[in-house]
Amino acid sequence: MSDRRDNGSQEFPYLADAVEVISVQRGPTPGGGGGAFRAFRETLRGLKTTMARVFEGPVTIQYPEEKTPVYPRFRGRHKLHRFEDTGLEKCVGCSLCAAACPADCIRVVAAENDPEDRVSAGERYAAVYEINMARCIFCGYCEVACPFDAITMGHEYELADYNRSDLIFTKEMLLADPLERTPLRREGE
Amino acid sequence: MISLAEVGFAEATWILVLKSLVIFAVIFAIVPVLTVIERKVLGRFQQRYGPNRVGPVGLMQPLADALKLIGKEAFRPQNSVAGLWALGPILVVFSGITVLAILPWGNVQEIGNGPVGLYGIDVSIGVLYFFAFGAFAFYGLLLGGWASGSKYSFLGAMRSAAQLISYEVSMGLALLGAIMIAGSLSLTEVVEAQDDVWFVVPQILGFLTFMVAGFAEANRAPFDLPEADAELVAGYQTEYGGMRWGSFMLAEYIEMVVISGIAVTFFLGGWMGPGPGFLDPIWMLLKTLSLVFVFFWVRATLPRLRYDQLMSLGWKVLLPLATLNILVTAVLVVVF
Repeated sequence: MSDRRDNGSQEFPYLADAVEVISVQRGPTPGGGGGAFRAFRETLRGLKTTMARVFEGPVTIQYPEEKTPVYPRFRGRHKLHRFEDTGLEKCVGCSLCAAACPADCIRVVAAENDPEDRVSAGERYAAVYEINMARCIFCGYCEVACPFDAITMGHEYELADYNRSDLIFTKEMLLADPLERTPLRREGE
Repeated sequence: MISLAEVGFAEATWILVLKSLVIFAVIFAIVPVLTVIERKVLGRFQQRYGPNRVGPVGLMQPLADALKLIGKEAFRPQNSVAGLWALGPILVVFSGITVLAILPWGNVQEIGNGPVGLYGIDVSIGVLYFFAFGAFAFYGLLLGGWASGSKYSFLGAMRSAAQLISYEVSMGLALLGAIMIAGSLSLTEVVEAQDDVWFVVPQILGFLTFMVAGFAEANRAPFDLPEADAELVAGYQTEYGGMRWGSFMLAEYIEMVVISGIAVTFFLGGWMGPGPGFLDPIWMLLKTLSLVFVFFWVRATLPRLRYDQLMSLGWKVLLPLATLNILVTAVLVVVF
């Protein structure tokens, strides 16, 4: 016995000065008059505890009417951006977002810009830009990969729909100012 | 006609019929509201709102529930015994409703052109009537559980039968102290005997014993073993669906009202309260509902007992306590 103990302390030095006898704290033995009294007392304590919860009031958020505010860095539905001064799209159709996407939910088809009627500021623009929200895992890699900050993650999370095909968001939908239905968390909230 | 019991005060038959209709209507208006109140109260105990979507503050919830239950297909399991299976819930509801007849909601009042007792009927054997029909529910449970032809139902039925019988004893003995002080089995006379002091003061032990036994009698938490979903699916109601299952639930809530009503009658001064006589039923109702609230409160607090704990509580704690209570009361009643 002592050998094993010694081996143990060599192998696990922190056991060397471990206390050998551990005193276990046990409750009073059940049953009898004392047990009945304790059961009654504890029942009353329980009733008091639950009643105290009533006075604290509900903590529920009535979801469709009230919403939990999101943090500024919350990753919700994507947004595509335009330059504020010229109104040109920031996206140049480089497909880096599609390459970075682990869920493979972004589809970009690029096209050459017409110098007469430019769509984006760069040489090319995204003729097709689709995000399949049914597949998107909202990891935000597209946002990180984008060299022009053309795509960012918004705050919208109410994306449920009846058809899978309705979950494929086109470029127009992503460019449009989304209805801000999600409250933003204030500083320190 | 053979009179089965002495009747303290009797009116014309049409008044009796009218009274029973009124009691019936009031109770059946209260019970569905109780279901939604229970869910809301339980919600508050758990810091949430409970149902609040159907109608104003969710008060139409029982209507939606009832419509759903009635709209369900009335199926019957292949192994079940047809007639008896259907009889189960009927008996349970019946036993609950019959007790309503003797709950006194007030004393004899001058209404219209004659005195009317504000109760279904005032019989001299009120307590016996209560226990006779209260125990009747057990036939419904056992019959329903056995006739379902399912082992879970049967086990659940056996449990509830054993539980009902064990706690019936303590319940009866708990009331005995109050009966001895009042010197009558008639519920109205028991209430009138509490003119000076409510029996909850001298009979606090009896009151507590009665309430604990009442929880078990109504199959409510923490004694809801018959429907211990973790082990028995839903006990005797496993094979029931639709409004048949709804009847079991209805009976549970009626039972709760009845037990609270009996407890109020015996220990909390029945209809007694300040104000003129026509307020008596209101006082009775308020007291009863506050005891029903205790049922909800306890349900929100205590976990379900194990079966052996249930039995040992019934036989080793409640029964000796009730007996002790009677003994002390009897001595005191004789001495003073």
